Amino acid sequence: MSTTTKNEVASHELKATPMDPSVQAARDEKIQVAMIGLCGCWGCTLSFLDMDENLLVLLEKVNITRSSLTDIKRIPHRCAIGFVEGGVANEENIETLEHFRENCDVLISVGACAVWGGVPAMRNDVSLEDCLKEAYIASPTAVPQAKLTIPYHEDIPRITTKVYPCHEVVKMDYFIPGCPPDGATIFKVLDDLVNGREFDLPASMNRYD
Amino acid sequence: MSRKLVIDPVTKVEGHGKVTVHLDDNNRVVDAKLHVVEFRGFEKFVQGHPFWEAPMLLQRICGICFVSHHLCGAKALDDMVGVGLGSGIEILPTAEKVRRLGHYAQQLQSHSTAYFYCVVPEMLFGMDAPPEQRNILGLVEADPELVKRVVALRKWGQEVIKTVFGKRMHGINSVPGGVNKNISTTERDRLLNGEDGLLSIDKVIKYAQDGLNIFHEFHEKNRKEVDSFAEVPALNMSLVDDDGNVDYYHGKMRIIDKDKTIVAEMDYHDYLDHFSEATEEWSYMKFPFLKDLGREAGSVRVGPLARVNVTKAYSASTPLAKAALERFHDYTKGKANDMTLHTNWARAIEILHSAELIKELLKDPDLQKDQLVMSPPEGAWTGEGVGVVEAPRGTLLHHYRACEEGNITFANLVVATTQNNTVMNRTVRSVAEDYLGGKAEITEGMMNAIEVGIRAYDPCLSCATHAMGQMPLVVSVFDSEGVLVDERVR
Ligand code: SF4
Repeated sequence: MSTTTKNEVASHELKATPMDPSVQAARDEKIQVAMIGLCGCWGCTLSFLDMDENLLVLLEKVNITRSSLTDIKRIPHRCAIGFVEGGVANEENIETLEHFRENCDVLISVGACAVWGGVPAMRNDVSLEDCLKEAYIASPTAVPQAKLTIPYHEDIPRITTKVYPCHEVVKMDYFIPGCPPDGATIFKVLDDLVNGREFDLPASMNRYD
Repeated sequence: MSRKLVIDPVTKVEGHGKVTVHLDDNNRVVDAKLHVVEFRGFEKFVQGHPFWEAPMLLQRICGICFVSHHLCGAKALDDMVGVGLGSGIEILPTAEKVRRLGHYAQQLQSHSTAYFYCVVPEMLFGMDAPPEQRNILGLVEADPELVKRVVALRKWGQEVIKTVFGKRMHGINSVPGGVNKNISTTERDRLLNGEDGLLSIDKVIKYAQDGLNIFHEFHEKNRKEVDSFAEVPALNMSLVDDDGNVDYYHGKMRIIDKDKTIVAEMDYHDYLDHFSEATEEWSYMKFPFLKDLGREAGSVRVGPLARVNVTKAYSASTPLAKAALERFHDYTKGKANDMTLHTNWARAIEILHSAELIKELLKDPDLQKDQLVMSPPEGAWTGEGVGVVEAPRGTLLHHYRACEEGNITFANLVVATTQNNTVMNRTVRSVAEDYLGGKAEITEGMMNAIEVGIRAYDPCLSCATHAMGQMPLVVSVFDSEGVLVDERVR
C-alpha cells in the first residue's frame, strides 16, 4: 500500500462497471465481513472454504467485501467483522491491519500466525543480516559475477525486523488458534457472531497444530 | 502527462503481489511489472532444526499446495537417509502409492479452487464485470447449483487429503523412508463410493468433465479474444517419465521449445549445474533461468500449460483425460501452445486427469499393505537430499543438507511460481500493451485484464517469498496503546 504520488492511480479508484442495484441492495442488507491475509500461507483463508456446505449457509446472512477471494481491494464501508490471517511482517501489513481496526467492529485473529506469529515468526530467532546474506549473496543459484542485488524499491514494502502477532500492533477482539483452525471451528465462531451469540470457542475445538 | 497505474493488491491469487504500469505522455506503455511484495525466510530459519522437521515446517510455506511441499521435503529426506529413488534401496511401493494418492488429491483440490473460485467467474461474467460480481459471491447469485457442485468437488479432494495426512491441511504422513499410515479398505470404499454428503469418485469425474466443458463453451464463444490474449513464447518444463509423459511425483526434468524439441534434460539432483537465479531490486521473487541459454532465452514456463505441452499422451488408463489432451494438442497442430488463457484449459484437463488417476490408484491393493517404512542400512546416511515434484503450479524442488547430528545446515527451495516469474512479467507487459496502450481513459475492467493474465498462472506468491531480502529498514511498530515496539534504521 504505497503512498499515492502524483499521477499515480490505483485500479480500484478507476471507473468500474457498476453492480446491478437490486443485487447490491440485497448484499447491503447482510452482515458485512472483510477478510485479509497478512504474513501467513493463505491456509486459514482456504480453511474458510473448508466450511463446505456451511459456506452457503453463512452467505445467506453475510456479504464478503474486501478479500483475496473477491476483487474488492479496500474495505468499502464499515464492516461488522474483520477476519485476519497471518501476522505482521512488513509496513504494508501494519497499514492494512490498522485500516481493518478502524473499519471493523470486531477483529478476529484466525490461526497460529495471526495469534502468535506462527511459523514465519521463527525468523525472529535468526539475525537479519545472516538471513540476508543467505538469500541473495550466498545463494547457491546466485548468478556468478553479477552485481550483488538486494531487493529495495518504492514499489515493495519495507520489512519489520521481527514478525509480530496481530494483537501486538492493534487490539484484537477474538482469537482462533490452529494451523489452520478447521472449517467447522471457523464456522462455529462466525455463525455465533452473525446470529448475535457470544464468541464461545470450547476448549475441545482449540488446536495447536 | 505520464501516468503510473497500480494494482494493489493483486486479488484472487495466493499471496501478495502488486502490478505497476508506467504510461508516457502519449499513453504508450514504457514499463509494466509484477512485484512480489512479501518475504519470509524459510531457507534460513529452518537451519538448526532436526532434519525430519523439514516437511512439517516447510509445508507452512503454502496453504494451497502444502502436500507438494510436504512430499518434496519427504523425497529430499529419503535421499538424505539413503533410501531415495535411484539409490538402489528405495522406499516401498505402498509408501510411494500412498504419497501419490495425497499428491493427486492435492492437484485436484488446488486446481479446483483456482479454477472454479477464481477463473470461472471471470469466464461467465466477463473480465470487466463489476469487481463485486466476478467472484464466488456472484456465482452463488447466478448459479447456486454450480456452486454446490464446486463446493462438493473441493470437499472431496480435501477428504482424500485428510484420509492420507490426518487433517485437511498441514497434516503429516510422510516420514524419512516412507509413510506412517496406509489406506484401509473402509477408507478406500468411502472415497470410491461416497456417502451422505460426500461424492463418489464417478461423480467427481463427472463434475471434472463439466468443469472442462465450461472452458470449451467459453472458448467456442470467445475464440479470438481467448487465443490472442497474451500469447507469450517461452520454453516449457515438466517432470517426465521414461515415455516422455508427465509424472507428477517423480521423473527427470525436461525442457522443450516451440517445436517440442528437447532443449535440455536433467536429473534433478544436478539442478545447480543448470539453473541460476537473478535478483531485481523491485521484487522479492527471484528470476531463475537456464545458465546455458542465458536469462532472455533461458527462462522457462512451468505448470499446467507447460506440462500438457511437454506430455506426449496420457495413459489409456485415464481415457477421458487422454481424449481431452488429444483435443488440446490438435488445436495447435503439434506445436507447443503459448496462449496464456489456454493455461485454464490445461488446468481443467488436469483436474480430470487427477480424478482418473485417483480412481485407478484407489483400486490398487498395495495401498492396504502394511510395510510402510524402508529402514536404511548402516552407513546409508548421505546427509544431503534433493526432492522434486510437479506441484499444481509446476516443478518444485527442495534441497537440504544436515550435519552428522541430523540438524539442517542448508536449505534451498526453487518453487514453481518463481520459475514462472519472467513469463508472468512478459504476460503483464503484453496485456498492458494490448489493453492500456494508447488509451487516454483507463477503466478498472481494463486493469483487471492484467490480473486475468496473472491468474492464468495461478501464482502462489507466498511460495515465492521463502527467501529473505535485505533492505534498509526504517520501520516503526507501535502497539495498540501507541507504545513503540520496534524501530530500526539500518
Ligand atoms: S496459521 Fe498455519 S494455516 Fe494459517 S496462515 Fe499461518 S501457517 Fe498458514
